[in-house]
Amino acid sequence: MIEVSNVVKSFGDKEVLKGISATFEKGKTNLIIGASGTGKSVLLKNIVGLIEPNSGEILFDGRNLFTGTLEEKKNVRKDIGMLFQGSALFDSKTVEENVLFPMDMFSNMSKEEKLERANFCLQRVGLENVNHLKPSEISGGMQKRVGIARAIALQPKYLFCDEPNSGLDPQTAVTIDELISEITHEFNITTVIVTHDMNSVIGMGEYVIFLYKGLKLWEGTKDEILDTTVPELRDFIFSGALLRSLKK
Amino acid sequence: MGSLGRYLIFMVSLFRNRERFKVYVGKFFEECVLIGIDSLLIVSIVSSFIGAVTCVQTAHNLVSPFIPDYIISMIVRDMTVLELAPTITCVVLAGKVGSHIAGQLGTMRITEQIDALEVMGVNSASYLVLPKVIAALVMIPCLVVLSGFLSIFGGLVAAYLVGFMTEQEYSYGIRFEFMEFNVYFAVIKAVVFAFLISSISSFKGYYTKGGALEVGLASTAAVTNSCIAVLVADYLLAQLLLS
Repeated sequence: MIEVSNVVKSFGDKEVLKGISATFEKGKTNLIIGASGTGKSVLLKNIVGLIEPNSGEILFDGRNLFTGTLEEKKNVRKDIGMLFQGSALFDSKTVEENVLFPMDMFSNMSKEEKLERANFCLQRVGLENVNHLKPSEISGGMQKRVGIARAIALQPKYLFCDEPNSGLDPQTAVTIDELISEITHEFNITTVIVTHDMNSVIGMGEYVIFLYKGLKLWEGTKDEILDTTVPELRDFIFSGALLRSLKK
Repeated sequence: MGSLGRYLIFMVSLFRNRERFKVYVGKFFEECVLIGIDSLLIVSIVSSFIGAVTCVQTAHNLVSPFIPDYIISMIVRDMTVLELAPTITCVVLAGKVGSHIAGQLGTMRITEQIDALEVMGVNSASYLVLPKVIAALVMIPCLVVLSGFLSIFGGLVAAYLVGFMTEQEYSYGIRFEFMEFNVYFAVIKAVVFAFLISSISSFKGYYTKGGALEVGLASTAAVTNSCIAVLVADYLLAQLLLS
């Protein structure tokens, strides 16, 4: 479980996050949604520790990433897996080396065990016979899968995904969403996903928070979101042509 | 001053929270190939021609019958070993190696690969930059020593082709009043230049923000800043060690 309490973040005079609080539960796909520029990615970067908030607290099962000792911070980091918007695969390494990387850095497994784990992760995300290809030699959807395989290599307790289906065709986007959802339930991970894709919200939003201009305006589940009375959220949901026509 | 402060903090961060020693070994050898072996051709070509041109121009200017011919090769030796081999080689390497380092790190930054390392708990600055700096400290002095040899050899070839000196005269001039310290001085300069080129380029690349345009700007800034730093250090070292 990840508890976010009253997180504030400013860049210069601009306050991007204005006291966000939320609880992301274990074994659930938790979504952070909102239009571009509302602070979704900044919130995610605060949670994973890439940016330090000005005030507020973020606890990973009671452990604070910013105030602990070096060893405690490293232990929390080992439990974190992250899928980046552009996959962020190391382009000088092959697919297999990318998945092996976290294990090479942080585990004491033998070479055979690491290879076995890497192959298991790649098979779990539906990739075979691509081990020795470079990231530039595979498609965007496959790169996302490799990114997920790398993120789960060390059996993380927390999985973070930044716009996991951006730049993908609708079918591949759904496949990636389903894969993240399956992995979350199968390995009982606390998953936090930043997205502005309503298909993802309807498909896997077990807990959803809506950000608007740095504030959390709404929280609930995918079953409740379409009945919302919050005007900003309604505008966001029904901005797409498909949902607008359904609404009519 | 702000940039200098950030540069110093960056350099300190290379040595904090280091990864396991084993992790650096493989990366060190990779960087040695990229910085050293891959620069052999350009360094060899530049050095040979520097030596040849220095020899021809010195011969052209020393027309007095009272100056023996071997003085030409002695001048070639001192000019190349003291100044041309370390400085010109390092200016060339600032262009080749510096732009490569800044471009690589800048691209890793804008494609979130550095963020990925940080999220995993890897000290990205140390993991990515320390092997580059150490590899540069090892390989660039080797390239400078090679450059010195090739410059002298280039001078010999020029002297032979133009025909203003015999091989024996050239060889005598090279050995005439040879000072070992000049070689040490060249190596000291090479070590300092190697550190400046690798660290400044890494700093520029590591803190790239934006997109492809900014990566290009970071590479350009890495090369220009490294060249200026090399030339300033060259003057300061000469003042410090020779005067």
